[in-house]
Amino acid sequence: MTDRQPSFLDLTVSLKLVSYAILIIGAFVMVLPFIWMVTTACKSPPELATLPVRWLPENPVCYENLGALYDQSPNFNRYLLNSAIVTVARTLGQLITCSLAAYGFARFRFPGRSLIFALCLGLLMVPFQAIIIPEFILIRDLGWLNSFRALIVPGIFSAFALFLLRQAFLQIPLELEESALIDGANPLQVLWHITLPLSVPAITAFAVITVQAAWNDFLYPLTVANTPDTRVITIGISLLQGERNTPFNILMMGSFIATVPMLALFVVLQRYFIEGVSMSGIKG
Amino acid sequence: MTTFLNFFGHTPLARRRALWGLALIAPNTLGLLFFFGIPVLMAFRTSLVEWNGIRPPVEVGLGNFERLFNDPLFWRSLGNTLKLMLMIIPTGIVLSLGAAVLLNQKLVGRSIFRTIYFLPVVTSTVAASIVWTWMFQTRYGLISSFLAPYGLGDLNWLTSPDLILIPIAAVTVWQRIGFEMVLFLAGLQNIPRSLYEAAVLDGASRWERFRSITLPMLSPTTFLVFILASISTFQIFDQVYIMTSRTTRGGVGGSASTLAYFLYDSGFGKGRFGYASAIALVLFLIILVFTLFQLRFQRRWVYYEAGE
Repeated sequence: MTDRQPSFLDLTVSLKLVSYAILIIGAFVMVLPFIWMVTTACKSPPELATLPVRWLPENPVCYENLGALYDQSPNFNRYLLNSAIVTVARTLGQLITCSLAAYGFARFRFPGRSLIFALCLGLLMVPFQAIIIPEFILIRDLGWLNSFRALIVPGIFSAFALFLLRQAFLQIPLELEESALIDGANPLQVLWHITLPLSVPAITAFAVITVQAAWNDFLYPLTVANTPDTRVITIGISLLQGERNTPFNILMMGSFIATVPMLALFVVLQRYFIEGVSMSGIKG
Repeated sequence: MTTFLNFFGHTPLARRRALWGLALIAPNTLGLLFFFGIPVLMAFRTSLVEWNGIRPPVEVGLGNFERLFNDPLFWRSLGNTLKLMLMIIPTGIVLSLGAAVLLNQKLVGRSIFRTIYFLPVVTSTVAASIVWTWMFQTRYGLISSFLAPYGLGDLNWLTSPDLILIPIAAVTVWQRIGFEMVLFLAGLQNIPRSLYEAAVLDGASRWERFRSITLPMLSPTTFLVFILASISTFQIFDQVYIMTSRTTRGGVGGSASTLAYFLYDSGFGKGRFGYASAIALVLFLIILVFTLFQLRFQRRWVYYEAGE
């Protein structure tokens, strides 16, 4: 199409340059906090209070600061591990409960189907902050405070994942599933061998945002799990921040370590991230 | 017995399928009802009692709401939330729309820019707020050092009641741009190219094309972005909690308090669960209004796309 005619919509050279200039400045502003985080994480204490501000540490002390982080927060690795456990468990759990439910809603007729589905979707409209108090009371009355059960179990149910996976399953041609049913497969076998493999892109997008949301979750763990054994990483770094005496180089080291897993995951699975996050936003 | 069975379907096969369906949806549905449905109902109940979570609750009727509407801290928190909306939403829309328009052009390396702009979205708000706390430190923070030549290096961004909302808005915008940009890019790609070509034939300049084609055609997306940003501004909590945890905890006189922070602090800070539940209901109602707007509009949006 562009070969046929020099399109009127093509950019002139000068406009291209202006565009690049703005985009590069924008990109610089966007990465600036990351750069500042990483360089600060390797600064020595006197360099935190040097004027004019020093961009790069003169004698990087990354390793020493890492050590200082663990002095300040001896359980830091435990927090990382807890976050990893909670993240993986919630994601796998949601994958199981929500793909079963999504398949049920997508392919089966039963009394009350639309009503139950509407109820589930209705829960999407309730912001989590609005139920944080009763949620805490419920978890407390179950005797689950400061336990992995509290961090994981409510997180394996999701109206959003249900909605997302149902949409994906509905796009799969019925004939593929029907032929398997005729061959005598039961619905679980069809789901496992046909529907799920055909929905891999949607499942990846869903998994990626579930992982991200679980890893970055703060308010809920803050209210239900605040012991050294059950703290997740966001609580861990917020504790560092809350303590007046933690210097910023150590804080940046902690924030950096807490951020890197998601940044790495994002760089690898970008497409799914962007797809998933924009879908999760549309749900509101 | 037959009528009961017919309830599930008229043939044995249909009945078997119905039972399968119910079995498949049972775990997630029951879990959702238990962990989210019950708390929703409890929230209404709790808002009518005075309760510190330990001693038995005392019925107070609408007393919590009455006290709430006479509480200066409530109005302060609501006002702060509205101020944050004014700071965050227009800035976010202008910057993300700008980025989207630029990245919608045929440029080499645009996916790299998109990646960079999106990085803050995947960062945890807690870590982001810690980093921005450092950037906004008086004198030695990066932003203070940029402003020092103008004599503004010694501003107390994080403790001054007049300034504290700026750092909170800044980190929030930084984390929203990538997300809003993605929505705008999707919106831009839905605008038919033929409109632009016709406009060029009519001699419309680049700016005229932007003003009379791009902007109006993007209005559904802009509205969506506005609604989503409003909803998320009303949920701002992490930023306030983190950025004031070293110093004033919610700002001097609640100058950094948002509705969500006020709720948390009333419940978990002061142990007034009934009062906090009343705040939660107000928060829920406000967000519900935005959500209903969104739902109404989204239907139109889908129709729009289907009609094209």
